Amino acid sequence: MLIYFLQRLVSVIPVALGVSLICFMLVHIAPGDPLTAVMPVDATAEQQAEMRAAYGFDKPLPVQFVLWLGNALTGDLGTSIASGRPVADEVMRAVGNSLILAFFASAIGFPLGILFGFLAGTYKNGVVDKVITGIAIAGVSVPNYWLGMVLVVIFSVSLGWLPSMGAGPGGSTEWAWDWEHLRFIILPAITLAAVPMGIVTRTVRALVADIRSNDFVTALYAKGLMSRHVVAHVIRNAAPTALSVVGIQLGYLLGGSILIETVFNWPGTGFLLSNAIFQRDLPLLQGTILVLALFFVVTNLLVDLAQPLIDPRIRRT
Amino acid sequence: MASIGTSIAASGPPKAVVRSKGYWSGVGARLRRDPVALVFGTFLFAIIGAAIFAPYLGLQDPYAGSMVSRLKPVGTPGHLLGTDELGRDMLARLIYGGRLTLLLGLLPVLFAFMIGTVLGVLAGFVGGLVNAVIMRTVDVFFAFPSVLLAIAISAALGAGIINSIVSLTLVFIPPITRVAESVTASVRNLEYVDAARISGASAFTVVRVHVLGNVVSPIFVYATSLTSVSMILAAGLSFLGLGVKPPEAEWGLMLNTLRSAIYINPLIAALPGVMIFITSLCLNLLSDSLRTAMNIKD
Amino acid sequence: MADTVVDPRPDRGGPAQPLVIAKSLKRHFTISKGLFGMKASAVRAVDDVSFTVEKGETLGIVGESGCGKSTTARILVGLTPIDSGDLIFDGEQLGGDLTLKDLWAGVQMVFQDSYASLNPRLTIEDTIAFGPRMRGTSTDDARALAHELLTRVGLAPERFAGRYPHELSGGQRQRVNIARSLAIRPRLVILDEAVSALDKSVEAQVLNLLTDLKAEFGLTYVFISHDLNVVRYISDRIMVMYLGEVVEIGPVEKIWQRRAHPYTAALFAAMPSMDPDDRTEVPPLAGDPPNPIDPPSGCRFHTRCAFAEPMCGTARPTAMPVAGDADHMAACHMLDPASGHSRAAARIAELAA
Repeated sequence: MLIYFLQRLVSVIPVALGVSLICFMLVHIAPGDPLTAVMPVDATAEQQAEMRAAYGFDKPLPVQFVLWLGNALTGDLGTSIASGRPVADEVMRAVGNSLILAFFASAIGFPLGILFGFLAGTYKNGVVDKVITGIAIAGVSVPNYWLGMVLVVIFSVSLGWLPSMGAGPGGSTEWAWDWEHLRFIILPAITLAAVPMGIVTRTVRALVADIRSNDFVTALYAKGLMSRHVVAHVIRNAAPTALSVVGIQLGYLLGGSILIETVFNWPGTGFLLSNAIFQRDLPLLQGTILVLALFFVVTNLLVDLAQPLIDPRIRRT
Repeated sequence: MASIGTSIAASGPPKAVVRSKGYWSGVGARLRRDPVALVFGTFLFAIIGAAIFAPYLGLQDPYAGSMVSRLKPVGTPGHLLGTDELGRDMLARLIYGGRLTLLLGLLPVLFAFMIGTVLGVLAGFVGGLVNAVIMRTVDVFFAFPSVLLAIAISAALGAGIINSIVSLTLVFIPPITRVAESVTASVRNLEYVDAARISGASAFTVVRVHVLGNVVSPIFVYATSLTSVSMILAAGLSFLGLGVKPPEAEWGLMLNTLRSAIYINPLIAALPGVMIFITSLCLNLLSDSLRTAMNIKD
Repeated sequence: MADTVVDPRPDRGGPAQPLVIAKSLKRHFTISKGLFGMKASAVRAVDDVSFTVEKGETLGIVGESGCGKSTTARILVGLTPIDSGDLIFDGEQLGGDLTLKDLWAGVQMVFQDSYASLNPRLTIEDTIAFGPRMRGTSTDDARALAHELLTRVGLAPERFAGRYPHELSGGQRQRVNIARSLAIRPRLVILDEAVSALDKSVEAQVLNLLTDLKAEFGLTYVFISHDLNVVRYISDRIMVMYLGEVVEIGPVEKIWQRRAHPYTAALFAAMPSMDPDDRTEVPPLAGDPPNPIDPPSGCRFHTRCAFAEPMCGTARPTAMPVAGDADHMAACHMLDPASGHSRAAARIAELAA
């Protein structure tokens, strides 16, 4: 068991290094010079060289990578070209808002997905199953940036019940746990929850249907067990796979919210990213993606570490 | 000792044999019996067909705007589906828009299918160091959520059709490679591959005849399940300004430029999204049907 | 016509030259365990195995599952490389004068799983014709050959040639596998549990077919099975394996009369007998074989042997002739008068009687 934990922990190191390398390379696969965006058109060759040295772009690539990685490890992700502020500060502020959004989306999408999937799998091929399967496939098929617009049209523009953009009254970007702020998160959270809800529903449905068709479930019924006892068996067997799918989706919620944050002007990492793209602020882009990808890696790691706690089959190996 | 070689002459030419139906004709027959596949297949066929033959459908010029007839509602005479924010005919733009969106959505999956299959079969069949190098690299790309990876690469490369295809192809190579590797590794250990090896065929022929034929269909089904995501992502990139540039007609870009119109004419603003939604729904349902028809379990 | 059909590898050494000489074959599968895969341990699947296969005979290999008989089969057909030892096919050493490709021209194999050993996407005739086509036979000739062989194994080509494996029964599929193995005209066919998965009545038919084909094509068989009755029926000689080692080898009737190794005796004792007079006094085998990752020292059977003495756990027995007969060898300390086993003298006398 301890060996399993250690193995998983160690195996993350090369992946994290690879992720860092890809993030580092992003700036260098970009056409042109990352500095051209901020450099005055009439800058002299001397000024250009000075800027280049200031940002460290004059050194060989491997050296730049090691320096950049060393800085990143100490929490220094460079300086935003557009705002001149440290990238780490900007990302950390935005990550908080994205996490809150992901939290609400999870609170909507996962319980709903698990419930739907369980019902559909239990009553496979019945009317309930047909309806739920339809909802689920719509959930995975809908372009969520469009779903956000549709919800805004209905609930903000037509009905006027909920605000259409921002994270708080008066353009506030600081989150607070009150109704005034909660109103702002409802629409983006629902929008963001659609895809994971659909995926979790489909996974859980297939799992539950598969387990129910197993011989051991028939045996449980044959033993005269009540169906609610059988349900407990089904849940116990479906839990490990369901958990890993939920874990992966959790990571996607954070990384996948960029389009939705743009639609709702939600001041999270996605919004930060689209600003970085718009202004070609490559250090900001690089830093934000690094933080998000590492977050995804850590989420997956946590899911893997939690697996043996609920799945006895892994514990034994 | 009887010699088979000499007795052939006596037995004459091979007799006519009853050939069983092949695997693919069975799949086709099962698909034709699936009502979901029939209905949504026809739908998708119509959307793709209209996109391909758009210039011959007698539509208005999708680029010709008119300042006086902007954001006309659905049902306006002469503009069946209204006009956009620059007064261009929505029907024409929606049908023309399918060309780029479908191209940007489907091509990356096709490319990734080809590249990922080669990489995955290579990794699965050769094993050892080759497997380690390919699969560990794939693991690293897997550490990115697909949306993030697509946006990151597109943002670095800059906007444009080619860059958008390149970045989406890169996004879909890792998952396809992973599926291809695991299917190949399981087929490689089957005894018919051993039997083919000891029959004296070269490794390349063994892979071509005995491995590829049996791994391509599960990989293909998996790839079709990615087409909807790919199309949504492709339109999403344009929506963010990372894909197609104005004034091109493309569903994601149209959705973006019509965003400000949701207060004036929300129905018009939502139309490009409806197209993305319907197409993506068709792709997903067809992929599910294909999986069932091909009798593939995860 | 004759030159388009692959000729068998010609006989080189004459009838006295064994078709296969296996010398000290070793195959260890390494499995890495532990945090960084540092604690590598090896499964000794085949450990120092030597034997010969004479031309025209059928050598039966028996033993419990995991004893190394399938690995031995895969080594013989070149699918599993050896870590050390020599494999000599009709006087030519594999890796020396003999390449894998040459070996495959002379040795073919029929696998246990009749379904997994047929490509589900190829028709029966394509499967059988594949080998000859790879060796330069034209498509038409290869197909004619396939039809010929189908007829020979009892499947009418008009009905079966165009079918896919899933449309056949297990017995029919195994007939196809046999036809496929004969298509490139090998001299040695390895039958790895080839009839084990079949129904008893079908098994008998296939065994008779194998016997007929052997005579007709002048084949040599290595027949692997856990079913002693089947092995006795088809084999000329038997080789008994235990935990990757050969414990006894000899002509089938001699072993049936004198089960020299306690493991052989126990294995035979576990075989159900139809004859009430044929009672056994030998205690049957208890428990599972030990883990081949860490096999017992000395004689590997000593942990389960009723006659084990302390010396059995330290010294490895060498193969000794049974009752002075060099055709019949067994590796047991009780057969070696110099071993120091207390029962040795009595046992040798008992077997000589």
